Amino acid sequence: MSEAERLPRGGGFTPPASTVHKEQSMVLQKEMISAHYDALSTAHEDGRKVVYTFVPGNLTELLRSFDVLPVLPEINALQSGMRKLSGDYIAEAEKHGHSEDVCTYVKCDIGMLKKGNIGPTGKKLPPPDLLLLSYTGCFTFMKWFELLRQEYNCPVAMLQVPYQSDGRIHPHHRDYIVEQLRREVIPQLEKVSGRGYDEDRLREMLRLSARAEDDLVWVLESAKHKPSPIDAYFGGVYYIGPMFTAFRGTPEGVEYYQALRSEIEERLNAKLGPVLPDGLLTNERYRLVMEGPPNWTSFREFWKMFSEEGAVVVASSYTKVGGLYDRGFRHDPARPLESLAEYCLGCYTNLGLPTRVDLLDHYIREYQADGFMINSVKSCNSFSVGQLLMLRQLEERTGVPGGFIESDLVDPRYFSAANIKNRIESYLQMLEQKRAARKPA
Amino acid sequence: MKVYVGIDLGSTTTKAVVLDEAGVAIGRGITNSRSNYDVACAVAREEAFVQARLSLVRQALAGEPALAELERSFLSDLSRNFRFEQHLDRLDALREALHAVADAPRHQEHRKELDALLERILSAMAERAAAHYGPLATRKSDFFRDLAAADYMHVAEQFGDPKGVTFETLCGLFDAAILIVENATSNDPFTHHIGTTLERTLASATPAVRECAPQFRRAVEAARGVNLEVAGTVGTGYGRQRLPFPKEQIRSEILCHGLGAHVMFPNTRTVLDIGGQDTKAIQVDAQGIVTSFQMNDRCAAGCGRYLGYIADEMNLGLHELGPLAQQSQCRVKINSTCTVFAGAELRERLSLGQNREDILAGLHRAIILRAMSLLARSGGVADEFTFTGGVARNPAAVAALRELIQENYGERATNISAESIYTGALGAALFARRASEQAA
Repeated sequence: MSEAERLPRGGGFTPPASTVHKEQSMVLQKEMISAHYDALSTAHEDGRKVVYTFVPGNLTELLRSFDVLPVLPEINALQSGMRKLSGDYIAEAEKHGHSEDVCTYVKCDIGMLKKGNIGPTGKKLPPPDLLLLSYTGCFTFMKWFELLRQEYNCPVAMLQVPYQSDGRIHPHHRDYIVEQLRREVIPQLEKVSGRGYDEDRLREMLRLSARAEDDLVWVLESAKHKPSPIDAYFGGVYYIGPMFTAFRGTPEGVEYYQALRSEIEERLNAKLGPVLPDGLLTNERYRLVMEGPPNWTSFREFWKMFSEEGAVVVASSYTKVGGLYDRGFRHDPARPLESLAEYCLGCYTNLGLPTRVDLLDHYIREYQADGFMINSVKSCNSFSVGQLLMLRQLEERTGVPGGFIESDLVDPRYFSAANIKNRIESYLQMLEQKRAARKPA
Repeated sequence: MKVYVGIDLGSTTTKAVVLDEAGVAIGRGITNSRSNYDVACAVAREEAFVQARLSLVRQALAGEPALAELERSFLSDLSRNFRFEQHLDRLDALREALHAVADAPRHQEHRKELDALLERILSAMAERAAAHYGPLATRKSDFFRDLAAADYMHVAEQFGDPKGVTFETLCGLFDAAILIVENATSNDPFTHHIGTTLERTLASATPAVRECAPQFRRAVEAARGVNLEVAGTVGTGYGRQRLPFPKEQIRSEILCHGLGAHVMFPNTRTVLDIGGQDTKAIQVDAQGIVTSFQMNDRCAAGCGRYLGYIADEMNLGLHELGPLAQQSQCRVKINSTCTVFAGAELRERLSLGQNREDILAGLHRAIILRAMSLLARSGGVADEFTFTGGVARNPAAVAALRELIQENYGERATNISAESIYTGALGAALFARRASEQAA
């Protein structure tokens, strides 16, 4: 059966046609990622050092100012998930004694390592010269790097980022991080890279970051329009890609976001809906806010369950795990280390439940959402604990009904398509029914 | 007259409900879902239409006050005999299918002996069939497949010959033949069987009924003559995507259960549906509109299918489990409701010397505990509470549920309809009626 034949009856879907223009930025991003993995594969031969670090709280500009290349294990895991490799990796990790309940990003990463550390693009990943652990709320990150330290027998630089327990960033939080950057992280990077700390270079990179961040925020906020020209979750994960990974502070990053912005501008002017993997969404029926990460192993299928029903995600919390730029934060060349500290503090993973509820509440109102949905991820307690409470509080505060689905990040065994589809459809039909009940007869 | 049809294609059974113009359910049909959803859908629908016509007979009789005293027994006999006629008809189909299957080359060696044996089995089955549909009979199941399988196996066991036609050969023939019978649909079974059914009913009726035979014949004729025009159909349930309906005619079972429960019990605010592979906790508002819901994830632990496996493992009918569990003196504590391990858990308990009743009581409570967790997640149990789905027919499950609701939420009016298994189909039919009214 061709893709076009499988399209739903009466859904808001146009089949791919020559007139549908593919997102040029997507192609650009693919090239950037592939070039990055290429560079990584020969990094050590080329005399470059490699640091593994996580997305939330990543200090990409700082690393790049030392000419060090970052590797992001969660990105490798999600890329492996999308490329259908994660199932085998997870099985491999389980063979080494990791239980079924352990975070599947961790198992995917460990499994990949055990199977030769071949990255998602098929190129070998270099072992780390340093593990840089910015601890931003995910406890598992620490255990993950403890495991990697044993595997690679390499040093770890630990950055303790205080949790936003009262929902605020205090000056002493920031000072504490800056102090650690100066005393711990920078000296370690100097040692690993053999270069001195160059603050001017860092400032220049932060300046580039801020430019790209402006464009990213513009793109994310374009979803306030009706119809939204973007899907801020399924499309959103592509839009945050370069920003959350290795490209902050680089000219390529700036170019990417310029290209993306002008594409979205065009779509907005033409009043076009989001680009889907196989067409354009033409009738926006439901505007949703999403909480929680997506499932990666059945990403397209998952997306399609929404798009077939005309559901567009207009804002999501997951696209904020690497920074809440849309709430005003920018990397600041005038205050290099201070702004890096504030960046770490402000990541979504470092926020407490009340702050998360506030943020989602804000999105629901600001983006005029018809509903919100939580994808509760089996193996991520960091995200999932408290989500039902959040759901109830958001329903009470906004009067907008919430939906709840369950899947996993990269364990294909935890994606039950029929069950998830059933819940999504039921939820959307519930929204429809409520909408009909509100209309005067 | 205009009618509206709702079809609930579940993982275990397929249900159909026919509503009249006023929105009153006049016919219900149920069949096992088997592997062919289209057939299951057609069979449930046919049965619902048969029941709808029997309802029309009742309506026609209501116009004859003289028959008031006799109407009840006549209708119950008519309905029972109708099933009997259908059963005999299917036995004929089974005969034909068995001989056709026996025609395979590998049976040629024993062909003659086999044909004779099949005939003996079939005539024994026909005798047993009469007993199933006697006035006071209780049946283990209403599905032809279950009744025929039990009868066939019972008889075949006596006839199987290790040196000639073995019991296994006979079983194999049945398995192939029953599929053929199950996947055949009949066109207008009411018209087809009502004549013989009426004669059979009158022949065995009391003299008082026989005296009024002309009136009864008139009522049956009137019901047969009504033109039932389907003005709308909506499908729901696990297999709803497979129904040959346009997207607008498909509704989520969560909405259907919410609306169905609301119509059955208008004060319903919380609905629990335990189906074959899904458990759903649904909150509805005063209009029957769903406000929130929770359902089990990919694991079907503690759903109806679990009880099905337990019944198979114990060699019992599904509907026998509940009453047995209620005889328990000392409930066993069971934590696992994993459907896959159901058999293993059961065997282990039995090997420890625990008795069946106590184990079953523990199993029922374990299922309900899982449902309680979903209820809590969906927002709790409000007043009134309505329990739907196949498991609501199970008295032990109901008792465990009442007890746990009392413990956790206090006094709640708990509604269970005898027709609870049809809640989803009823909701679907109501959606069909609404859509048709809105279009008008």
